Amino acid sequence: MLVDSFKFLPRSFRPLYEGRGAFPGEEKAVWKPFEKRLAESRIALLTSAGLYVKSTQPSFDLEYEQTHPDWGDPTWRAIPASATAADIAVAHLHINDGDLLADPEIALPMRLLGRLASEGEIGGAATEHVSVMGFQERTLREWQSKTAPEVVAHLRDQGADGLILAPV
Amino acid sequence: MPVLARWIEAAGIPTVIVTMMPSVAEERLAPRIVGVEFPFGHPFGMPGDGALQRRTLELALHVLAGAARAGTRVDLDVDWPVPLREAYRSWQPKVPSPIVRRMLEARQAP
Repeated sequence: MLVDSFKFLPRSFRPLYEGRGAFPGEEKAVWKPFEKRLAESRIALLTSAGLYVKSTQPSFDLEYEQTHPDWGDPTWRAIPASATAADIAVAHLHINDGDLLADPEIALPMRLLGRLASEGEIGGAATEHVSVMGFQERTLREWQSKTAPEVVAHLRDQGADGLILAPV
Repeated sequence: MPVLARWIEAAGIPTVIVTMMPSVAEERLAPRIVGVEFPFGHPFGMPGDGALQRRTLELALHVLAGAARAGTRVDLDVDWPVPLREAYRSWQPKVPSPIVRRMLEARQAP
């Protein structure tokens, strides 16, 4: 089966995504071989749903985006694997957050990943996963200069052998 | 997001991206891609559907660990169980996002 990438997208949005080619400066393949067995590997997750822990973390900045529509908050949050649906809030103006709030596993399956670790399918799961807010200004400058290096450092601290990213 | 995956991969951590827009991830040269034909906001499936979430996550793990070369794409062979018109409407925010609001206003301007 070949997925229709535009099935759920309003037709007028399609040219914003389709046929644009590689990101400027990112025209060559990148590849890091996955060298271990899954059963010996520690896996981390990253969502772009704008999830945050409401008792301890600030929201992503949606107020500034309201007055600067091309801008999206480029910061990131570490989400403890122990956080439950009751602990998590969603800051994302481009999707309906009802299903995410009801079951954050649809974007960040931390409990499920923990279960796969306990069953031995993977060696382990990160104790803190990663959340960003996916709507970003076109150059991705802040993501490139600050967020990506910080997330990489966090993943190294976590001992992650691989990362599953899931844009929303 | 495919570009973020590239930066993390280039720093030495293998990545796979689970996405509703796999053709876009291919254009952006994401290293490993799992395509899902699910409405936005639902990359791992329906809320409360642990079996579908597990199927999606396990495919992502197998592509992460088993892909042989850059640009590998595998699509999940699952139809979204909600009628298209309803699913199309229900993923969208109740209030248009600021950038969509601006597009709509520009279109209505004389």
